[in-house]
Amino acid sequence: MSELTRPVAPAGGAGPTGRVVAADGAAAVARWCDRCGGSVADGAHAACAAARSLEPPRWCATCRRRMKVQVVPAGWSAVCVEHGERRG
Amino acid sequence: MPEILDQARTRVLENGVGLDEAGILAVLNLPDEHLPAALQLAHEVRMRWCGPEVEVEGIVSLKTGGCPEDCHFCSQSGLFTSPVRSVWLDIPALVEAAKQTAATGASEFCIVAAVRGPDARLMKQMRDGVAAIREAVDIQVAASLGMLTQEQVDELVEMGVHRYNHNLETCRSYFPNVVTTHSWEERWETLRMVRESGMEVCCGGILGLGETVEQRAEFAAQLAELDPHEVPLNFLNPRPGTPLGDRPVVEGKDALRAIAAFRLAMPRTILRYAGGRELTLGDLGTRDGLLGGINAVIVGNYLTTLGRPATDDLKLLTELKMPVKALSATL
Ligand code: SF4
Ligand SMILES: [Zn+2]
Ligand SMILES: [Zn+2]
Repeated sequence: MSELTRPVAPAGGAGPTGRVVAADGAAAVARWCDRCGGSVADGAHAACAAARSLEPPRWCATCRRRMKVQVVPAGWSAVCVEHGERRG
Repeated sequence: MPEILDQARTRVLENGVGLDEAGILAVLNLPDEHLPAALQLAHEVRMRWCGPEVEVEGIVSLKTGGCPEDCHFCSQSGLFTSPVRSVWLDIPALVEAAKQTAATGASEFCIVAAVRGPDARLMKQMRDGVAAIREAVDIQVAASLGMLTQEQVDELVEMGVHRYNHNLETCRSYFPNVVTTHSWEERWETLRMVRESGMEVCCGGILGLGETVEQRAEFAAQLAELDPHEVPLNFLNPRPGTPLGDRPVVEGKDALRAIAAFRLAMPRTILRYAGGRELTLGDLGTRDGLLGGINAVIVGNYLTTLGRPATDDLKLLTELKMPVKALSATL
């Protein structure tokens, strides 16, 4: 999967990906688990990270909005209205 | 050698007649030490009655999420707290997905929508989408759009959709535990119309919904009675927010026993590995299944979850000396 560019380390605990890129291209800190929508500060979300190898993200890691996700045979895209699109 | 496998060797391998429900149940109940023999026999049956080719298919979701039905395993139902949001795929992206699928050597591309049945908007999107794919890509188009009216069946035939998928999901006796917004019989009625239209019938289901082993046998026997061209076999991938979200995944050996049993119930069908195989069986399981009765795979991603890379499956088929069924063989 190559959904991310310009990775940055998350603060307050690692989410499944630990990093996001905003719509304007600026890197932002992941505050929410992009699989379950829980706070990354509340735990390591190891099971979510493992599950994410076979799932696209569902929650925006920056603002916890549910993203619009489209899966196609060779990839996926996930859009947050506020923070833009991720692809994998 | 257990008696049931001896019987199956004559009845299924030599005569091409599937096991009955009691025989299927006996295979599902075989102890672990006899599983390799069951898989070996199922493999011989597949080679004898279907041949070595493997049918490769890609699937894509044309309309995701927001479904009004309540299938308890499904993350696309709008009735649960699943995080899957409603989204439509546009025609250029649909054609691109068909191209990606064809590039793997696949002969089948199935367009799926999360609906009870199609409305006018979906039928128009299908009409435009299928026409655009047929213009740009050399691949057979299948569809899975829920329950159909006779007019919709006729329209799909006219569009050139050659196969229709509509899963019964589980056996008749267990279905009301899994779905309450429509009945098993309603699904059967759509399948009947599809069969009569001349489209190929694709009908399978999901194992691991909480059904008993007896109900798994009942399901295989009911599918055998329907006699579909293709049976996609899914294993539950418990989705967050759905009523079955906390269920355990099917144990690997039980999944393999089911593959052997379904093959021995339906010697001639295309038995396809569909969703959940990565979770239930891991990488090795794909090989075991292909050597145990499976003769078709979905490559790449599924509708809302991801699969293993298509290249891994294709490499495995080369290793196993199983040719990918060519498009010309399906026309
Ligand atoms: S009809 Fe299909 S999309 Fe709708 S809830 Fe049932 S399985 Fe999911
Ligand atoms: Zn999480
Ligand atoms: Zn966001």
